[in-house]
Amino acid sequence: MMQIAARTASGTPLLNVDNLVVEYGLGNKTVHAVSGVSLEVARGETLGLVGESGCGKSTLGRAVLQLRRAKSGRVLFDGEDLTAMEGEALRKMRRRVQLIFQDPIASLNPRRRIGDIVAEPLIIAGVKDAAERKRRVHEVLGAVGLDPELVSGRLPHEFSGGQCQRICIARSLVLNPEFIVCDEPVSALDVSIRAQILNLLEEMKARFGLTLLFIAHDLAVVKAVSDRVAVMYLGRLCEVGPSEQLFAKPAHPYTALLLQAIPVPDPDMRPAESVATGEPPSPIAPPSGCRFRTRCPRADQRCSAEIPELREVAPGQFAACHHPLA
Amino acid sequence: MSAPLLTIEDVAVELPTPRGNLRAVDHVDLSLDAGRTLGIVGESGCGKTMLSRAVLQLLPKKAKLTGRVMFDGQDLVRLDAERLRRLRGRDLAVVFQDPMTSLNPVLTIGTQLMETIQEHLELDASAAKARSIELLAAVGIPAPEQRLAQYPHQCSGGMRQRIAIAIALSCEPKLLIADEPTTALDVTIQAQILDLLAREQRRRHMAMIIITHDLGVVAGRADELAVMYAGRVVERAPTPALFKRMHMPYTEALLAAIPKLETAPHTPLPAISGRPPDPTRPLKGCSFAPRCRYAAGRCHEAKPELKSAEMPGHLYACFHPIQMSERTDA
Repeated sequence: MMQIAARTASGTPLLNVDNLVVEYGLGNKTVHAVSGVSLEVARGETLGLVGESGCGKSTLGRAVLQLRRAKSGRVLFDGEDLTAMEGEALRKMRRRVQLIFQDPIASLNPRRRIGDIVAEPLIIAGVKDAAERKRRVHEVLGAVGLDPELVSGRLPHEFSGGQCQRICIARSLVLNPEFIVCDEPVSALDVSIRAQILNLLEEMKARFGLTLLFIAHDLAVVKAVSDRVAVMYLGRLCEVGPSEQLFAKPAHPYTALLLQAIPVPDPDMRPAESVATGEPPSPIAPPSGCRFRTRCPRADQRCSAEIPELREVAPGQFAACHHPLA
Repeated sequence: MSAPLLTIEDVAVELPTPRGNLRAVDHVDLSLDAGRTLGIVGESGCGKTMLSRAVLQLLPKKAKLTGRVMFDGQDLVRLDAERLRRLRGRDLAVVFQDPMTSLNPVLTIGTQLMETIQEHLELDASAAKARSIELLAAVGIPAPEQRLAQYPHQCSGGMRQRIAIAIALSCEPKLLIADEPTTALDVTIQAQILDLLAREQRRRHMAMIIITHDLGVVAGRADELAVMYAGRVVERAPTPALFKRMHMPYTEALLAAIPKLETAPHTPLPAISGRPPDPTRPLKGCSFAPRCRYAAGRCHEAKPELKSAEMPGHLYACFHPIQMSERTDA
């Protein structure tokens, strides 16, 4: 039953998510947010995670960081099982993993100064020396392209969305983490600022030797920064593979649908009338068998009876589909 | 040729703020014929939404508007409140970005649809209800009759936007303004909503203004594009002409900054450095000059006016336009 969803080229992965299940209670019902996801992220790699709203991608990101505890399954970080950790051990481990959120303005306390916001992780981590804290804060603020002398004393409302995201990135870097979950870090930003922040994330990754889980709904954005991409639908992975390969030859009909829906900035590419695909069903009562079958042009009886497992369709590329595209 | 349906003439909008006057729209001229689509593209704060509010006469109370907005033969700026009220929702409809806040959460979908219909078209309740069902079906809502009794929170974001579109279309408007209609939606739903708007537009021969920050959204869907920056229209052209040969460096930079699917992973994106100027501190020269890689002396001294390019209908505001002869970077 267990699947190695994403075997990476070499060595033990930094992150290994093994058959993770996360559910929420909703009245007397259950939201099946993540239903048995397995994936690996190699050290130094960026794994892109794409899917529509409500597909469970953010829940997965949070469950990796133990901000949401899983119902079953394991999250191995550098060989240690985070799902089994509690209290002090988990707190210590959390210094090595960080999170960047979608809304940069909402994730900064409006009443605190930028210098204090960025220094807070250091205080929590027990760095007592104020001069050392200041040095680290200045280092990361400089790294993200802000002038530490100029911004430290200011409040978040004095900054634009793009600058606030720079501040959030600085805060996430201040403890020298190894792994960052970026949850839709550029969705709230304008096109021109988006490019700046994506470039910055790439720079920071190289400079600080980071490993990233990059969550987004925009495939082009994901491709720009990811080595491999995982496509998620209604709590399950549909397809995982190297970025170039997955975009050039998607094997899962859902990946193909997502690719087709992207608006292309070229008037000669008249958008094809969108295939009548409807909307994702509710994760409270997901369809039997393949969860995508209700919107899939290729679905047949087998798809409603049998859950498709991730299978290798090309070297390094895995798809969970009974009728993969050639 | 008959007069355009909508003519925006020298429209400027100023908002008083504690830091001084903010010029949100800086003397814009645009026009739109019946049945055509105009795309207005620009970053947050470029004035595109304020301009559409000026057309709808829905500006904040403190805003100062100058210029004329000629719609169907009358100047909306000088129209009295009663006649404006009769026009809005009937001939002049709008779809906003966030369908959660544009629908009333405590009224059923049926009530909200029928309210508009009965206000503007003298229909009795049963005729209004029949029309509501017809409209919901037209915008692709399954089981429309059951939906009428539901509340907005029972619908997904995409459904809510479909309902907002149904309300906007309910009185057969001559002009529909869609202000970032898909920004809050997923990419697959976005494609469906854009298709729906295009289909209904063709069917009803309605004029449409799509406001967006994403050139991709309007590339295949607008007849004409106007690119706005810092309150002004900096380039305007029929869509194919604009993409074939853009003259304004800002338009080029805006297009280049969009991540492309064809590009290999980890390719640095050509970002536009810096950010737009503070709208309460207007620059003497071209507003884009501080971020422009072609800017030279004169750009910092004087504002370039919109002038005509070779192609008819193509206007640009730049002292150092690009691609003036043949396209070289193809």
